[in-house]
Amino acid sequence: MGIKGMKYEEFGDNESLELLRESGTNVLLATIDDVINWGRKNSLWPLTFATSCCGIEMMQTGAPKHDFARFGMEVYRASPRQADVIVVAGTIVKKMAPVLKRLYDEMSEPKYVVAMGACTITGGPFCLHSYSVVNGVDQIIPVDVYIPGCPPRPQALLYGMLQLQRLIETETIKSRKIRIASHNYE
Amino acid sequence: MDKIQLAEFIKSLDSDLEVKEGKQYTEVTVPPSKIHSLASQLREKEEALFDFLDCITGVDYGHDLGVIYHLRSTKYQHMVVIKSRTTDRENPLFDSVSDIWETANLHEREAFDLLGIKFANHPDLRRLFLNSSWGFPLRKDYVDNDMITW
Repeated sequence: MGIKGMKYEEFGDNESLELLRESGTNVLLATIDDVINWGRKNSLWPLTFATSCCGIEMMQTGAPKHDFARFGMEVYRASPRQADVIVVAGTIVKKMAPVLKRLYDEMSEPKYVVAMGACTITGGPFCLHSYSVVNGVDQIIPVDVYIPGCPPRPQALLYGMLQLQRLIETETIKSRKIRIASHNYE
Repeated sequence: MDKIQLAEFIKSLDSDLEVKEGKQYTEVTVPPSKIHSLASQLREKEEALFDFLDCITGVDYGHDLGVIYHLRSTKYQHMVVIKSRTTDRENPLFDSVSDIWETANLHEREAFDLLGIKFANHPDLRRLFLNSSWGFPLRKDYVDNDMITW
């Protein structure tokens, strides 16, 4: 059992996945896509980025009890050039926002963003009446997966990363330009 | 010494003070210009020996701005609270006590950063957390157009 063998029916959100799946590519391209996407989704290397309490939960998800090395993600890269995904874990304040944008810009394509925790979705417990907190990290960088929780449990973080893997599965070589253009947030 | 003797002793230092018993501590209210002399007496005199400053708190009372000092004596284990207010919101000025207690240096910089309260004779009064284009966020009349309020 365990989360690695999660079946299609057990996921909560399958409608968006079906919308993303393209139809009508030829057989050769579909096979190449499957192989390449299998390689890409099973070796997502995150950038070491944690600001606040969600970072502790992310560290616990990497610890032996809920291990995300099973999914190929335990290789954290310190340099953004070598990272595939940035898991924004923690509150982003106005002083930190330009730093985060710069790190995101330095990552090389294809890159993904996971917004972990309530603070990165809307500002969390600090969204009202705070002079210093950015209300949601999608005001700065485009986000692929939102994981609610304060902080989300390790199982919730793993569920979000699995959804990201299914998202990667639906991409094809042909749609890469569209995908890269959609992440140009100017 | 117990609380009543402490209150008597502090009243004897300066006739301008008001000493009263708060819920937890003895509170002393002092005008802004006399903070430094009172503080140095409280540190040096043998009966009081307040050598530990817990914290300096800046307060915006609505019309006034003020500071609150929590002092403790490590020898006698008694505590006292000193309060001071000013109605001048454009240029609130209090005496700095950073030459008496070293820790006051950072506390006063924080009060200046977040409330705009200035301290005279402070060795290095500049902002601690925010940059210079921010106003004074903890004032009651601070307006932030990005802030969401329901």
